Amino acid sequence: MRAFTRPGRSPTEGPLWLRTGLIALALGYVGLMLLLPLSTVFLEAFREGLAPYLEALKEPDTVRAIRLTLLVATISVPLNLVMGLVMAWAVTKHDFRLKSWLITFIDLPFSVSPVVSGLIYVLVFGAQGWIGPWLEARGIQIIFAVPGIVLATVFVTFPFVVRQIVPLMDAQGRAAEEAAVSLGASGWQTFWHVTLPDIKWALLYGVLLCNARAMGEFGAVSVVSGHIRGETNTMPLHIEVLYDDYNFVGAFAVASLLAGLAILTLVVKSLLEWWHGDEIKAKGH
Amino acid sequence: MKRHSALPGFGLSMGLTLFWVSAIVLVPLSAVFIRSFGEGWEHFLAAGFSERALASYRVGFGAALIAAAINAVFGLIIAWVLVRLKFPGRRVLSALIDLPFALPTAVAGIALTTLYADTGWIGGLLAPLGIPVAYHPQGIVVALTFIGLPFIVRTVEPVLMDLDVAYEEAAATLGANRRQRFFHVVLPEIGPALLAGCAMAFARGVGEYGSVIFIAGNMPMVSEIPPLLIVTQLEQYDYAGASAIAVVMLLFSFVVLAIVNRLQTRIAGRAAA
Repeated sequence: MRAFTRPGRSPTEGPLWLRTGLIALALGYVGLMLLLPLSTVFLEAFREGLAPYLEALKEPDTVRAIRLTLLVATISVPLNLVMGLVMAWAVTKHDFRLKSWLITFIDLPFSVSPVVSGLIYVLVFGAQGWIGPWLEARGIQIIFAVPGIVLATVFVTFPFVVRQIVPLMDAQGRAAEEAAVSLGASGWQTFWHVTLPDIKWALLYGVLLCNARAMGEFGAVSVVSGHIRGETNTMPLHIEVLYDDYNFVGAFAVASLLAGLAILTLVVKSLLEWWHGDEIKAKGH
Repeated sequence: MKRHSALPGFGLSMGLTLFWVSAIVLVPLSAVFIRSFGEGWEHFLAAGFSERALASYRVGFGAALIAAAINAVFGLIIAWVLVRLKFPGRRVLSALIDLPFALPTAVAGIALTTLYADTGWIGGLLAPLGIPVAYHPQGIVVALTFIGLPFIVRTVEPVLMDLDVAYEEAAATLGANRRQRFFHVVLPEIGPALLAGCAMAFARGVGEYGSVIFIAGNMPMVSEIPPLLIVTQLEQYDYAGASAIAVVMLLFSFVVLAIVNRLQTRIAGRAAA
């Protein structure tokens, strides 16, 4: 047994060959499983050079898909931001019975398969759904149209913002807000000047992850969209269409935009963690 | 519900919360349960447990299980390296781990398919050895391994951070060798977290759709996953059949979720002790 090899080093750290071996394994696995697929996206997108890449992005259906994705994210992310704050306020600043049930329901969309997330809206709003026929008689179409895509996206990204801020608001307690209220601040002033400054970085973090998922969702949106080219195809759905048409440069060009968004998300997320790590994650354990 | 807080806004925030959760989550989710039994119990069993459905559960659950097992080993190594060792590029490695959370599944799907097809970089190396990956059930394992990695790393990491090196040092001074220290000191402590991470990756893998359909080949009975079968039923306007499979999957993920919750209570209990 050679546990104590060098003075000053913990005997549990292990010899050099073990440490380098483990690091090599970790880097190798991440390189093979994560980095290689990511670089493939860009290599395939630029396979025929810059001009075909740019040409592919100017294609009218691609432009429409990009616009639709931006529209869907512009509606669903702010909606989840506002409602996330409302739900977090109800859950953390007040006591009521069955609170843990409510939190479970809020988290529920995380454990539902994307395809099932789309299916449930087809069952409610579809032509054979609960209120689909009633809506159709009044000229309102939800499924196979933009409202359905927004609904499915809202469902899929439902818990992102709440989940990020609830542990933090719980850990921070209510003393500061109660002091503000007892000094005469209104509920709105208390929220704006006392609660919000403490959770702003966690909120930004949640919005960032929510946006990445909103723009990239495939399964749920695929079920409700109806795949009408140039009308109800978001970027991820358009990737599938191009790929199935053997238009690989086109598919990977659109994919490269979403991969770029993913990289940007990771960079901002890491910066937030380094600069404001304590303010993002609730302390305690 | 009785109010127990000096802070304002209970009525408004609670009312909005209940409306929002009901409208977006509870009512639509209840639709799938009601619809699945709409044509009777027998139809539910026939659709939810048909031969084709059973085959898809075997394919999907099996691939998710293998992927979770692979990630358990490498996820643990990565978490260990990130927490215990210092080396250049550690922060970049840590940031990269979350890529599967951030990268849209369709993008991952076409990239993995290109890599693992017979003409791809990795597929080209494996094909001569007689190991086809893309368009075979093995491809599903590859996609789910990609999707699942961060669940395990991110669940094990904080527990490993809280684990005081002093215990291992104490075991070392008492004569335990490296293997004994790992299996008798470290593993019992991080075991629940590792299991919880695997369960989450498994549950996510079973429901995964976007990355799998590109690489799977999608042959009924061979490489067809349950979510794809739901889509197929839906395209044939068999709403009750699609709902029956969805209910089986939902019940399954609720069971896994309950297990994860219990494990996490245990982890929190240990951290507090």
